[in-house]
Amino acid sequence: MCLWIGWGNNEHLKEMKEKVIEVKNLVKKFGSFVANDHLNFDVYQGEIFGFLGANGAGKTTAMKILCGLSAPTSGEVKVAGFDIYKETEKVKRNIGYMSQKFSLYEDMTIAENIRFFSGIYGISPSDRKARQDVLLQNLGLESSKDTLIGSLPLGWKQKLAFSVAIFHEPRIVFLDEPTGGVDPITRRKFWDLIYEAADRGITVFVTTHYMDEAEYCNRVSIMNNGRIEALDTPEKLKEQYSAKNMDEVFLKIARNTE
Amino acid sequence: MRTILYVIQKEFIQVKRNKTMLRMILMVPMMQMLILVFAATYDIKNLNIFVVDNDLSATSRKLVNTIDASPFFTISNSSFNPEEGEKELLRNKANMVLVIPSEFERNLIRQDKASVQLLINAIDGSAAQLGYSYAASVIRDFNKNIIADWKGLPEFKPPYQINTVSRFWYNTELEYKWYMAPGILAILVTLIGLFLSGMSLVKEKELGTIEQLNVTPIKKIQFIAGKLIPFIAIALFDLAFGLLIARLVFNLPIVGSLWLVFGLGVLYLVGILGLGLFISTVAHTQQQVMFVTYFFMMIFLLMGGIFTPVDSMPHWAQIVDEANPVYHFMRIMRMVVLKGSGFSDLIHEFTALCIIGSTFLVLAVWRYKKTT
Amino acid sequence: MKQFIGFLRKEFLHIFRDPRTMIIIFGLPIVQLLLFGKVINSDLQDSRIAILDQSHDNTTQQITAKLLSSGYFLMGKELLASDDVEDVFRSGQVKMVVTFGPDFEKTLEREGKADVQLLADASDPNTARILTNYASGIINDYVRKEKMQNVQLPNQINTEVRMLYNESLKSVYMFVPGIMAMILMLISAMMTSISISKEKELGTMEVLLASPLKPIQIVLGKVTPYLLLSFINALTIMLIGYFVFGVPIKGSFVFLMTESFLFILMALSLGILISTIAPNQMVAMFISLLALMLPTILLSGFMFPIENMPLPLRIFSNIMPPRWFIVILKNIMLKGTGITYVWKETLILMSMTFLFIALSIKNFKIRLE
Repeated sequence: MCLWIGWGNNEHLKEMKEKVIEVKNLVKKFGSFVANDHLNFDVYQGEIFGFLGANGAGKTTAMKILCGLSAPTSGEVKVAGFDIYKETEKVKRNIGYMSQKFSLYEDMTIAENIRFFSGIYGISPSDRKARQDVLLQNLGLESSKDTLIGSLPLGWKQKLAFSVAIFHEPRIVFLDEPTGGVDPITRRKFWDLIYEAADRGITVFVTTHYMDEAEYCNRVSIMNNGRIEALDTPEKLKEQYSAKNMDEVFLKIARNTE
Repeated sequence: MRTILYVIQKEFIQVKRNKTMLRMILMVPMMQMLILVFAATYDIKNLNIFVVDNDLSATSRKLVNTIDASPFFTISNSSFNPEEGEKELLRNKANMVLVIPSEFERNLIRQDKASVQLLINAIDGSAAQLGYSYAASVIRDFNKNIIADWKGLPEFKPPYQINTVSRFWYNTELEYKWYMAPGILAILVTLIGLFLSGMSLVKEKELGTIEQLNVTPIKKIQFIAGKLIPFIAIALFDLAFGLLIARLVFNLPIVGSLWLVFGLGVLYLVGILGLGLFISTVAHTQQQVMFVTYFFMMIFLLMGGIFTPVDSMPHWAQIVDEANPVYHFMRIMRMVVLKGSGFSDLIHEFTALCIIGSTFLVLAVWRYKKTT
Repeated sequence: MKQFIGFLRKEFLHIFRDPRTMIIIFGLPIVQLLLFGKVINSDLQDSRIAILDQSHDNTTQQITAKLLSSGYFLMGKELLASDDVEDVFRSGQVKMVVTFGPDFEKTLEREGKADVQLLADASDPNTARILTNYASGIINDYVRKEKMQNVQLPNQINTEVRMLYNESLKSVYMFVPGIMAMILMLISAMMTSISISKEKELGTMEVLLASPLKPIQIVLGKVTPYLLLSFINALTIMLIGYFVFGVPIKGSFVFLMTESFLFILMALSLGILISTIAPNQMVAMFISLLALMLPTILLSGFMFPIENMPLPLRIFSNIMPPRWFIVILKNIMLKGTGITYVWKETLILMSMTFLFIALSIKNFKIRLE
């Protein structure tokens, strides 16, 4: 519960930590529809960066661009120090991704999924075995490594998908609404995993529309209609909008921009 | 290189897990092979002839008996009224009607010539023609025999005679199954390959797993190759199994080199699977893949020269057919298996398959985009 | 009822909004029919042959000229030695080799008899047989006309032939009904089976079942658009057959369309049945494509006459619905008969439809319980 209290003031952080994501004037259009309208933000090494907004605000689009899944219309984007246009493959080596569609292979076992994905990232079999043991132990799944993913409950699938997404120790992991469809307790447990990853120095970039999750982030940006309307720590945002919680902040921003 | 192995392993696991599918992939083609090869035959048997014998002479009865005794024809029924015969044709009870007019025997003896009439249901033109040529030759032989009989000769000899002696190479008994077995097997292997590869990518799209792969550093060519190899293996297995069945059940002689069949088979499958993957990259849903596959398959099949000879197609269609991989593979299968043709006989087919295969493969790799 | 109409409208929109699906449903059958009508031809013409003439006299040259001017044969290669036969066959250059021995004409004049050898590449037995038949016919004809003009043969039986319903023996008369049966069968069965099993796979079927719609309404709602689309397809195919390929419609047009409607209904109920059996889309497609395509072509009398098949297959072919439909089509279109000649086939198609529907309902109920 109290894992994240030490992160309250992150002004010093900006100076000390290097930028792992730099976005300048990012624009993405689909025909005449502008999904991302001149986005500008930086994300620093080791922070948990929340990307908030209503459905259709442009969060997923922006995230897909950062992951190299989608090409931007214009703007400058650097991820893990690499240019997203020219060095896409290098970017991909340094990131992990978990999409909102749950995306491990349901017809393969836990161990088979791990073997496959670590194979693609070129992790040696001995490394894989060591890391797999740790992973299963952490999740309490030692005895289920030969269980088909498809037969697990959704909460477990999500934890596994996250663990597999950071299995190759990426510098940044992108989570696109990772906790959709599960109860608050399961969600909280999922966030414990996120903090562990952040502790290990992995930068976490997460989109969500649950406002309680926004409170868990070091910094959040709030998107509306393709634009970033606010970007700061949850505390500062609440202060600025004189709101009790992030929910209120969000509602106020949404109302202002209408 | 290692990456490809992981993709291959993954594909095999997934195929293995889908038990219903796996069983069907292995069983359905083999069952079809066993059944359909028997169905695909132009061998004339059991042609039903309705007889209208208005002469009822010794000669006319002898003619009817001769026809009945021939292995190709069965006398379905008889009447004195030709209109009855036409009704039988309309009802599909008879394939042809033989009308022997009254005074047939008399005319044959007195005027040295007489006529009989054949009415044939010609909706299936080629079957009608074949049936007619059989019937005509039975009547011709009958004619020779009665002349010899009447003249008291052992054999009737016209003053000039050119005998045609037909020799059937590679298939002396004209066993139609030998011709169809390699052809049907080629279709089945193609269907399996096209189906599996077409489904594979679009399924990952529908399930969303493709995104997970697209954020990894895997190279396009690695991914495509990893997908191709397991399906090639499955299709080759079907090919081998089918040839075994053909050998054991139909006694298909395998004259040529099996290495050549399988070598060119791999080349062919690369092209077919490349096409399947290409369709898969373009389509959004499994349903669309299905229809496009169906469309290509129909064209490949009906233009491939499996059932109807390519030589009878219009010239432009024969040129178009050069782009039809099934046409080339069909030729290869039949030529190598039945005639023992060697690689030097197949340079044309080999070149064509190389071009087709690399085109489809390049299209698939080009069209598969990790970035949208 | 109101809900049902709403649902029906949604299903129609689904199909009509998606241009790809529309192209597939309407475009493919037309392209296929046009293509196959023009291309498929089981008559042999212009087959390449080789001549091995060891005599090179007047008679052999005249016979060669007769063969080549018949329209059936093209000169592929002139061979010099019998050793070359193997080569031209193995490379597939020619289908038949016509061989004249030495002193052909002299032998014929002296003994009244000479032999022509026809060597055929029987790896395609049907072509081999037809080509040798053609060639001997042409040679016999030559002898009768050129060599025996003045000879009166005794007791000749002349066989007159009348080809009924298709005097000019056009292949297209045979293929249009076949292709029509096949397209309707595959499109209708495939469309419905996939669209229903897709709802199952995506879990939306449960949502529908939880709605106030009755299961029968859901199925009807899914099927009705395809019924209409397939019917339009049947109409288009018929018109193309008539106007482009000159396939006549001798019988009643209304009756023809009624029978087509029945066949489509049958194919759709088969599609529903497949979707109740198949656990997912992939299996449904596999059944519709792999298990239906070849048997439909081969066991329905579309390509190969059923009466030539061995007895077990002749019996087996009875359960192929297109077999009956093809008979009906040919009867109405080409022979111009009415219901009195096809009532049996019609009855069979009706029973099949009822059987498929009954089985689907049974399967559907088991699944729900």
